[in-house]
Amino acid sequence: MNDMTFVERTVDTRQTKIAAKNVQVYYGETHAIKDVNVEIEDKTVTAFIGPSGCGKSTFLRCLNRMNDTIDICRVQGDILLDGEDIYDKRVDPVQLRAKVGMVFQKPNPFPKSIYDNVAYGPRIHGLAKNKAELDEIVEKSLRRGAIWDEVKDRLDAPGTGLSGGQQQRLCIARAVATEPEVLLMDEPCSALDPIATAQVEELIDDLRQRYSVVIVTHSMQQAARVSQKTAFFHLGNLVEFGETGQIFTNPEDPRTESYITGRIG
Amino acid sequence: MTDHSQSPDTQPSKHAGSLLSPSPGTIKRNRAEARFKGYGIAAIAVGLLMLLVLVFTIVSKGVGAYTQTFITLDVELLESKLDKKGNRNLDDIKKVTTFGYAPLIKNAFATKLEELGLETDLKAKDQAKIVSKSAAAQLREYVIANPDMIGKTVTFKFLTNSRVDGYMKGRVSRESIAKDKSISVAQLDFVDQLVAAGVIKKTFNLDFILGADASDQRPEAAGMGVSMVGSLFMMLVVLALALPIGVAASIYLEEFAPQNWLTDIIEVNISNLAAVPSIVFGILGLAVFINYMHLPTSAPLVGGLVLTLMTLPTIIISTRASLKSVPPSIRDAALGVGASKMQSVFHHVLPLAAPGILTGTIIGLAQALGETAPLLLIGMVGFIASNAPDSLSSGLLSPNSAMPAQIYEWAKRADPAFYERAWGGIIILLVFLVTMNTVAVILRRRFERRW
Ligand SMILES: Nc1ncnc2c1ncn2[C@@H]1O[C@H](COP(=O)(O)OP(=O)(O)OP(=O)(O)O)[C@@H](O)[C@H]1O
Ligand SMILES: [Mg+2]
Repeated sequence: MNDMTFVERTVDTRQTKIAAKNVQVYYGETHAIKDVNVEIEDKTVTAFIGPSGCGKSTFLRCLNRMNDTIDICRVQGDILLDGEDIYDKRVDPVQLRAKVGMVFQKPNPFPKSIYDNVAYGPRIHGLAKNKAELDEIVEKSLRRGAIWDEVKDRLDAPGTGLSGGQQQRLCIARAVATEPEVLLMDEPCSALDPIATAQVEELIDDLRQRYSVVIVTHSMQQAARVSQKTAFFHLGNLVEFGETGQIFTNPEDPRTESYITGRIG
Repeated sequence: MTDHSQSPDTQPSKHAGSLLSPSPGTIKRNRAEARFKGYGIAAIAVGLLMLLVLVFTIVSKGVGAYTQTFITLDVELLESKLDKKGNRNLDDIKKVTTFGYAPLIKNAFATKLEELGLETDLKAKDQAKIVSKSAAAQLREYVIANPDMIGKTVTFKFLTNSRVDGYMKGRVSRESIAKDKSISVAQLDFVDQLVAAGVIKKTFNLDFILGADASDQRPEAAGMGVSMVGSLFMMLVVLALALPIGVAASIYLEEFAPQNWLTDIIEVNISNLAAVPSIVFGILGLAVFINYMHLPTSAPLVGGLVLTLMTLPTIIISTRASLKSVPPSIRDAALGVGASKMQSVFHHVLPLAAPGILTGTIIGLAQALGETAPLLLIGMVGFIASNAPDSLSSGLLSPNSAMPAQIYEWAKRADPAFYERAWGGIIILLVFLVTMNTVAVILRRRFERRW
């Protein structure tokens, strides 16, 4: 496996960043994810779509082991990040989460200042040597989160005092600040207006230059606009996975077609 | 939606009638609401009335303890009585007991009467009896501290006997002392004379707040000070032990412990412990700390340990509640940027829970401060007569009392003068409790965050 990625890297095709094999997730007795196989490529935006409750968030949370915090949640199968099993006993989930950042469905800024919200990650990971560097990281991250212009004069104001959409962009800035290799975004735009949505989509496109981005969305248009790959989930199954263009124009599975055309969901 | 468009509604509206005239149903509903509001207001009024009665009773009965009747006398410290050898040797001076000082007080009365030109049929011995029994001791202490004053005349302010004090406060009257051996009508007449001359006065009595308890015969000298020190020491022990242990236990249980039958049992037991009567903790303390570990009886350390046991469940329960009230999304956010569990707890969850934890701790402390039963079992109801500097330095291991135990002790004694002091002590205790609870409320208001 390691050899393969090495070979791929040398020929500079899009390499696999995360590979999930036969992943099953159970919440107690509930079988939430059923035998999912998927390969998420580096420098690519992958969209997860599907009706509510089909397990998109659950699967996304498997990718940075956020499910560890749920007592009743069990994950089976293999998830490899750069060829390494992230559920291996030797893996420290904390280290993993620094590499695989996450933006949550509901904006959840810390009840601290805007500055501290963004600076927290870099601080605990020791990414900045001094205050000036930290300032720079904060500014850069806020710019990439498309919120710099709105908050640059009140970095000391509490992050919780922002509007819902601003909070979400602050959370994106916070996730970007730790320089993750993979960014998981769970419906990042569900609380945003069209302008902010466009800005975030631009950001996602920009992030693709360096990272792998996985985005869960309920908006077909958004999936079509930002992603190169799309995965369609239904009742815990991965029904179809492929190039975004192909999924939207010529889906193979009838369930995908009916979802996209609005007949199930 | 589709149903409507297919079969248009032919039935009349269920809400026919003018909006301007309320329907019978609405009128009934509004009446019920008004009645319910009435009950609520009545309940609150009853509660307030009871509180008012309580406060009024406590204040009216206790306020007397804060004033005390004093008599001012010029005492000639006769060398012939105090230092017969005349060499000011302290060891010799100390040999003179309080009995040796009694004649000085008698003489002082004589000179005072002469100076004022007052006449009385009262014998010198009976005149001196209106002064507290502590007066001779007060004189002796003064002389031992200032031996070079022997031979001179010094002005002293002595406590009067508690009967005289009661007479000044209206508790004792000429009728009520008919069978009282410790005071006579003639003595009261004598007191009246001295009051008119300005020798006997009722003034504010700081010693009640700062002083030590006194023996059965001298209620006029008893004070709360030493028991306050005892309570303070115990609260320090409780704070130093219960806060860290309680908070650490709650953080572990709430944030780290797996959810299984063992933690369930622990949880149930903590809730049960909070409901255990305090006297059970007292007997436990007696068995474990005193009988088994041989810690000294009546010591604030033991009292503090027992109260710690009692306060821990309160602190754990309130700490867990405030940890629970921190939204899980904050923990997710911290973990999501790669913080460890511990970092997420200490950087984000704990600061948000801190006001709740502090409030719980203060309320737990206030509870412990007012607790009496366990202290009775470990013997913290002794009579300790050492005064301020001594009592402070006595520390955690020497016998002491506590405020509620002191109040109980006074209420138990026969003399009505002690009864008044018990009420006075309750005022002090309540002032502490109200202050602590106010601080708790202010902290909660101040630092409460909303999401
Ligand atoms: N913490 C949990 N405990 C138990 N069951 C859960 C938990 N979280 C999710 N589930 C169940 O797992 C299934 C998938 O939920 P998930 O949140 O992944 O759906 P989703 O696709 O993200 O939905 P949505 O689009 O509404 O966010 C649902 O049936 C849900 O009830
Ligand atoms: Mg979801």
